[in-house]
Amino acid sequence: MSASAVHSLWTMAADPIEKIDAPKIEYGQLSPTLIVIGAAILGILIEAFVPRRSRYYAQVFLSAVALAAAFAAVVGLAAGGYATTKAGIAAMGAIAVDGPALFLQGTILLAGLLGVFTFAERRLDPVAHGNRVDSFAAQAASVPGSDSEKAAVKAGFTTTEVFPLLLFAIGGMLIFPAANDLLTLFIALEVLSLPLYLLCALARRKRLVSQEAAVKYFLLGAFASAFTLFGIALLYGYAGSVSYATIAQVVDGTVQNVTPALADTMGNDALLLVGTAMLVMGLLFKVGAVPFHMWTPDVYQGAPTPVTGFMAAATKVAAFGALLRVLYVVLPGLRWDWRPVMWAVAIVTMLAGAIVAITQTDIKRLLAYSSIAHAGFILAGVIAASPEGVSSVLFYLGAYSFVTIGAFAVVTLVRDAGGEATHLSKWAGLGRRSPLVAAVFAVFLLAFAGIPLTSGFAGKFAVFKAAAEGGAGAIVVIGVISSAIAAFFYIRVIVLMFFSEPRPEGPTVAVPSPLTTTAIAVGVAVTVVLGVAPQYFLDLASQAGVFVR
Amino acid sequence: MENLIALLVAAPLLGAAVLLCGGRRLDAVGHWIGTVLAAVSFVIGAVLFADMLGKDAEAREIGQHLFSWIPVEGFQADIAFQLDQLSMTFVLLITGVGTLIHLYSIGYMEHDERRRRFFGYLNLFLAAMLLLVLADNYLLLYVGWEGVGLASYLLIGFWQHKPSAATAAKKAFLVNRVGDMGLSIAIMLMFTTFGTFAFGPVLESAGETSEGKLTAIALMLLLAACGKSAQVPLQSWLGDAMEGPTPVSALIHAATMVTAGVYLIVRSADIFNLAPDAQLVTTVVGAVTLLFGAIVGCAKDDIKKALAGSTMSQIGYMVLAAGLGPIGYVFAIMHLVTHGFFKAGLFLGAGSVMHGMNDEVDMRKYGGLRKYMPVTFVTFGLGYLAIIGFPGLSGFFSKDKIIEAAFAKGGTEGWILGGVALLGAAITAYYMTRVMLMTFFGEERWRSRPTASPDQPDVEPAAEHQGAHAEPHPHESPRSMTIPMIVLAFGSVFAGAFFGIGDRFVHWLEPVTGHKHGHPPVSALTITLSTVAVLVLGAGLAYLHYGRRPVPAVAPRGSLLTRAARRDLLQDDFNHVVLVRGGEHLTRSLVYVDHTLVDGVVNGTAASVGGLSGRLRKLQNGYARSYAVSMFGGAAVLIAATLLMRAV
Repeated sequence: MSASAVHSLWTMAADPIEKIDAPKIEYGQLSPTLIVIGAAILGILIEAFVPRRSRYYAQVFLSAVALAAAFAAVVGLAAGGYATTKAGIAAMGAIAVDGPALFLQGTILLAGLLGVFTFAERRLDPVAHGNRVDSFAAQAASVPGSDSEKAAVKAGFTTTEVFPLLLFAIGGMLIFPAANDLLTLFIALEVLSLPLYLLCALARRKRLVSQEAAVKYFLLGAFASAFTLFGIALLYGYAGSVSYATIAQVVDGTVQNVTPALADTMGNDALLLVGTAMLVMGLLFKVGAVPFHMWTPDVYQGAPTPVTGFMAAATKVAAFGALLRVLYVVLPGLRWDWRPVMWAVAIVTMLAGAIVAITQTDIKRLLAYSSIAHAGFILAGVIAASPEGVSSVLFYLGAYSFVTIGAFAVVTLVRDAGGEATHLSKWAGLGRRSPLVAAVFAVFLLAFAGIPLTSGFAGKFAVFKAAAEGGAGAIVVIGVISSAIAAFFYIRVIVLMFFSEPRPEGPTVAVPSPLTTTAIAVGVAVTVVLGVAPQYFLDLASQAGVFVR
Repeated sequence: MENLIALLVAAPLLGAAVLLCGGRRLDAVGHWIGTVLAAVSFVIGAVLFADMLGKDAEAREIGQHLFSWIPVEGFQADIAFQLDQLSMTFVLLITGVGTLIHLYSIGYMEHDERRRRFFGYLNLFLAAMLLLVLADNYLLLYVGWEGVGLASYLLIGFWQHKPSAATAAKKAFLVNRVGDMGLSIAIMLMFTTFGTFAFGPVLESAGETSEGKLTAIALMLLLAACGKSAQVPLQSWLGDAMEGPTPVSALIHAATMVTAGVYLIVRSADIFNLAPDAQLVTTVVGAVTLLFGAIVGCAKDDIKKALAGSTMSQIGYMVLAAGLGPIGYVFAIMHLVTHGFFKAGLFLGAGSVMHGMNDEVDMRKYGGLRKYMPVTFVTFGLGYLAIIGFPGLSGFFSKDKIIEAAFAKGGTEGWILGGVALLGAAITAYYMTRVMLMTFFGEERWRSRPTASPDQPDVEPAAEHQGAHAEPHPHESPRSMTIPMIVLAFGSVFAGAFFGIGDRFVHWLEPVTGHKHGHPPVSALTITLSTVAVLVLGAGLAYLHYGRRPVPAVAPRGSLLTRAARRDLLQDDFNHVVLVRGGEHLTRSLVYVDHTLVDGVVNGTAASVGGLSGRLRKLQNGYARSYAVSMFGGAAVLIAATLLMRAV
């Protein structure tokens, strides 16, 4: 953009003659997001005004109620036809209210609710100075190992700010897949990312690792955001608008009225292609696709495990939702350009995730690489570029998020003196000591591996079927090969749990409160139900598979 | 009348169920239940037979459809029966001889504590065999086929405490399996060719199929027949099957089951008629087997094994006749029936001898028994005369017709087949005379037996145990055993004449199998005279060898051929070297390939993936700057690739 063009943009916007209409906001259609964000703000007020003793309860209650209410709102909207017939664009073209958005928002809210349960767990760590403690640092600002930290622990401080942070992140995630212009998309990206960076730094144990993870995540996330923002700017230069619909029309060549100020750049395909690549790169960073995945293992390992579980599930759902919308709504006219590139990304992601996971020795890192491989599988569905592709990805995301939260919740249970025992060698023989926990974890692993009668199989089948029908047979072959490689390390953990001798000073399995138990039980139930009787949910995803334009 | 057909099968099946499930409380009456039910089946057969005789020759076939077994679109299998003259012949033979042998077994198995079970198996056999011959489609026939195989297996190994019996049962089972594969493949071929396996449609539409397919089906059926009827190359099990109780040998391994192969070929006549190549192979199999069995029969000192060789040889005659086509089918079945009488009689006679001789089976330890066992001697003698084809007796009529038909085949083939059949008749006369002389004539070798057993490696352990110390006291068998022998002797004497004179049997079977009168190149009288001549020759030679000279109690070393024949013409050695060793080598090679190549590839892949994993893992070095570089590089590649896609 030349300087004069910028100037003319400013002068046009400031034209005193044009009237500015008051924005028309459809509060009802936006209610899920508004409830969550409102609850987050309320949570900050609680931090400020409610006595320390009651904060935890007030925050947990508020978060759970807000998420449940938001979910109810989503269900209400869907039942009211906003997922299908009444689907439309709200908030002056900023937010889409349609099937994919509502489906993904519902999934994110349920994942968030389970996330609240695991955040609120206070029975796993031993009681410190007469206070029950959760997974989060007593006082985030205190230097690890310092006197102030000890004092904070002694004083029984807890970081109840995690709940508003969680709600803010969820708020961002709700907007992310529904964003219908690039600026809203970017704002949602930041709203969901910043609280997550903070949450990653808040581990009670292994605080240095946790803080390192947060810094890495923040640095790389900011780096990726810069790319995204630059891509958005280029796309604006190309189309003269940040609105999805307008950009799509410009790509298709149906809009001809050139904004005079952008006459130099509009319709320049170089801007379009480079801008697209950069925008997509930012989204691929969030979903953890190779080669933008490097943060994943370090952050997953360092972050407090409840945060990891929530982040792995909900971020992926939100980011894939946004990616789907960008590719299907903004860039369908460009699919002959982006599909081959996404092919390559999907293949590399599947293979790299599965292969590197083989040599992992830490269960959280293992699950991190597993999530990378799964990102590859989901990308295969994205590439299908068909309604079946959308619905299969929706189903996969729903199935995957419950498995992930459940699996990480189980990881929080297996503990030794240093907190969670995440080294794989310590899991040897777990099946003999705690058959139930090991069996539950085995169910999650089988679902990750895509074994029939688990949701993983139904999801993988749907995604691969859509990809094959979309003409991506090669991806399916590589996907199946990757699944075979991945099955090796999932099943190796099962073998380790059930067929190895327990170590003498191995970890113990903590007895959780009903909160974590609920999270795990819901995870198992959804995994099995979606595996045994997936048809209803496949139909649901299929009905929700149409984007509003 | 049709509804009686199922009862034929049901009666012995009920017997088998009751006896095998009934438990010990039926021990006292079990044998009578089995015998009565066999007799019931025979009576039903007789009633049906009488009914059939009352009808016109062309309208005698009746059928009964019980129920639909596999009612699938495109694959219909029924439990349905077909009773025509061919089936009727078998029904009478099976139930008639079967009932007699049940009766005989009451005495023979008197001291066996598992007698009830034995009768249960015998009834099971009857039911399966009747199912085999009454089925109206190949699939149901296959059920019966496997059923008789099972019964045969159970009965050969009835004395399972003897390792030799258990081994023999297993051997029979395995060898039969090869033949059964042939039958199942034939049925599958039929299904793919004709879309059905019911006799009617298959045989009627046989003409519409290519000869190649028919030849394939016929050869597979022949393979099945070879297995069940102990024909070369699947003959090796029959000799060992003599480990079973003698009534079993008489019923299953002489009179009925082993002739199922002949039934199969004759039943499938329409297929064979259109596959001349398969017919030629059939005749060759029959000719080879009839010599093979006869030669083996000459060398065996075990009376039952000598008779087993004879059975093999006589079935060879039947297969040969069946391979000749319409000129031979009727005679194959006729010989089958007469053979059923005299061979069953001979086996029962052998059983009677063993019964009186402490279960001794070595003929070299017999001799001069005619004085002690007059009934056995006479009935066995009549059976002997019948089998060698003494003019006027059963074997004469049936065998002579087969030899005639073989010559009538025409051309060089006819001369060769006829010559072989004639040679076989001579050898038959030789080995049967040998059996006769060694058993009933000559000095009483059982009296002055050499003391020690180490000189007698051939002696059976059981006989050793019972007979080594106590000198046997030969005696006639009880009435329940002699009566069946007498009845069968009547059949041996008169059946042939009854069937043969006036071509009665030909007219009886012709509507089913079809018949063409063969025209041998020389007159029938010449052939008959030659048959008698070679018979005299063979019997005379045997008399010179075994009648004039004392029979050594220990078998002499003998010529190379004799020694080979004693080892069943090396059939087991052949099987062992070629099949067992070959199979072992094959499996060993496959295991080697599996270990090195397949496992190598698998393990190599796994190892290389693991190695790759280890190397890729190093990229994850923990430095945020490296990660950022990776992202930057990735973004660059992404942009470049997107642009490149547009460029190309």
